[in-house]
Amino acid sequence: MLERIIALLVKEFLQMKRDRTARFRLLIPPILQLIIFGYAATFEVFGVSTVVLDQDHSQESRQLVSRFTSSGRFQVVQVADSRRAVQHALDLGDATLALVIQPGFAQLLQKGQSAPLQVLVDGTNSNTALIALGYVGQIASGYAQDYGSTLAQRRGLTQAQAAPQISLEQRYWYNENLNSRWFFVPGVVATLTMFMVVNLTSFAIVREREVGTLEQIMVTPVRPLEFILGKTVPFFIIGFVEVALITSVALLWFQVPFRGSPLTMVLGASLFLLSALGLGILVSTICRTQQQAFATNFFVLNPLFTLSGFAFPISSMPQALQWVTLVDPLRYFLIVVRGTFLKGIGISYLWPELAAMAAIGVVLLGLSALRLQKSVD
Amino acid sequence: MNARRILAIARKELIQVRRDPRSLAIALLLPVMQMFLLGYGISLDITNLPTCVYDQEASQHSQALLARFKASRYFRVVKSVRDYGSLRRAIDGGDCQLGIVVPWNFSQQLSALGKSSVQAIVDATNDNTATLAAGYAQSVVNAYAGDALEMRFTGTARQLGAPQPIAVDSRVWFNEDLASRDFIIPGLVAMIMALVGALLTSLTLSREWERGTMELLISTPVTSLELMAGKLLPYFAIGLADAAFCVALAVGWFGVPFRGQLATLFLTTLLFLAVVLGIGYAISAAIRSQIGASQVALLFTMLPTAMLSGFSFPIDQMPAVIRAITYVVYARYYVTIVKAVFLKGSGLAQLAFPILGLLIYAVVITFIAARAFRKSLG
Repeated sequence: MLERIIALLVKEFLQMKRDRTARFRLLIPPILQLIIFGYAATFEVFGVSTVVLDQDHSQESRQLVSRFTSSGRFQVVQVADSRRAVQHALDLGDATLALVIQPGFAQLLQKGQSAPLQVLVDGTNSNTALIALGYVGQIASGYAQDYGSTLAQRRGLTQAQAAPQISLEQRYWYNENLNSRWFFVPGVVATLTMFMVVNLTSFAIVREREVGTLEQIMVTPVRPLEFILGKTVPFFIIGFVEVALITSVALLWFQVPFRGSPLTMVLGASLFLLSALGLGILVSTICRTQQQAFATNFFVLNPLFTLSGFAFPISSMPQALQWVTLVDPLRYFLIVVRGTFLKGIGISYLWPELAAMAAIGVVLLGLSALRLQKSVD
Repeated sequence: MNARRILAIARKELIQVRRDPRSLAIALLLPVMQMFLLGYGISLDITNLPTCVYDQEASQHSQALLARFKASRYFRVVKSVRDYGSLRRAIDGGDCQLGIVVPWNFSQQLSALGKSSVQAIVDATNDNTATLAAGYAQSVVNAYAGDALEMRFTGTARQLGAPQPIAVDSRVWFNEDLASRDFIIPGLVAMIMALVGALLTSLTLSREWERGTMELLISTPVTSLELMAGKLLPYFAIGLADAAFCVALAVGWFGVPFRGQLATLFLTTLLFLAVVLGIGYAISAAIRSQIGASQVALLFTMLPTAMLSGFSFPIDQMPAVIRAITYVVYARYYVTIVKAVFLKGSGLAQLAFPILGLLIYAVVITFIAARAFRKSLG
């Protein structure tokens, strides 16, 4: 049995060595994706283009505006002189946010009354708008507190007599600087592995069928299980090399921390590769031509990707979709990858995910062995 | 250019599409699947974030503050712990993404010093969720502090000179509920059309090459320009139908507001289709195998459209080099247009820049596509 498998392995590697486009497919898409995800994928908000309408022209209003600019979160691109100009800037998209300080702002503050600060925000990108509004709130209340303290001091009041202040100390665990890159780059490791391995496996087997060599193999004494092993081992190795390659780029180039144990990562990757290989073989047992395999992969991998939690949190999806995500192996691998990279947690926390991937892998491989058996008979 | 010949080619192409299950799947199934999958699956809004509370003080005040977290729709308090170790385990294991810690001297400090603090521990693996969660937590605490002020200084607050916080009166324009669905779905229309258009047309010439019918086609009196026009005509119709379907679904099913003019959308969609189909056609002329052509088409449309068009990630937050690259991504212009027409109700005049971008692209691509095939004829 071992002999036959080894013979198949030798054949597989020879084929791969001769396939020049495969080398292109193995190298270019991962690099492209890593660069794009590493640099373009960000939900962070800095330098929101802001238009200011200061109708108060007081020291206080200027101080407030300068707090906005010095935070780095806002960049004043225009100083408007009328409400119409503000509206125009937002309509055209020249500015995303507008700060309007009405006359009497400083007077109200000096009297210790509530002073209104009007904020208009373009909500087209709801996420940017939400985050920007959060920063507006922080900056405004920060200024109000400082202003209040000095005012109270000047009037000889102790802090206890003045307004109560409750501050929220925020601690960001695992990603202290809220770097989007740390979130996306480890995710790319998982996603790319799935796309590469499923595509490669399904194409390789379907190509054998197209060329007619599959039948030749089937008339040899090789049994379906041996065939599957002979097919999967090379792609398993390729998948591993791919994981190692992308992981080292993530660590060395993008400087994403790796806090967990490499062993957990290796175990997770092996189990995930089982599911990906199983899926690839299953697709190839359904499809007659490479084109069919291409289309099938597209329609299968896209949902798996969207529902994996790669970019969009699963907890925000409708309940029905959340249930669907339970059969998505990528979902579990992403948790393992982010858990080992950022959280530094081990098997004691990640065993449910590892078990789920093992189960999905066994089911997929079993199904494809069954289907292959049938197509031989 | 002969209209009769163009129509004949168009008819032939339509029959071929109808008989090719893969093309049909791309034309009919893909828009439905992507619309529903992404329409429901992509949401950046956070609600019911699993939260863990650690109340060291367990006083009336701390309970009142935590009750506000429980009442907020952004948080769902799933756990109440009694030590840091359990809090750490809850967040490590992913059971909770936020931990609120009220210190043991919370109300004492508040009454003695007028100052106190609450700790928020956020799982920042997903930095976006973390930023939003911290913002919501901040507003819960601010609201509590504001009410505590009212309670302490009833009536006499102003005479004492107790300052009130600046009241931020925020108004959101164009997407009043700040629903991420309203922001994602219009862009989805662009995404789907880019995919469908390029994937379908990338097959059109390579199919002829693969089946050996290209020589036959070349021997007919059809000129290369007529061939291009005839071949792309059916895909124009399919693309427009898909666009109409997506827009109808966006407005009718997902309830995304449509504030602009249909005519604006129609005209710009025509331009965008010209670009997308032209690119698919050029790929098809350059690569003679169907599988190779569709792979290249996928690589050139999916990733740039999803990542670099402003569809989900804001362009103005990207590094300068990447931002420069986005000007080459044709989908960028159309995504801008669709979002503006849907949410802002912009007209042609306000969209002059992106329309110009698309127009230039359409002209250049048509030229390239027309050249690409003439070469392979010779």
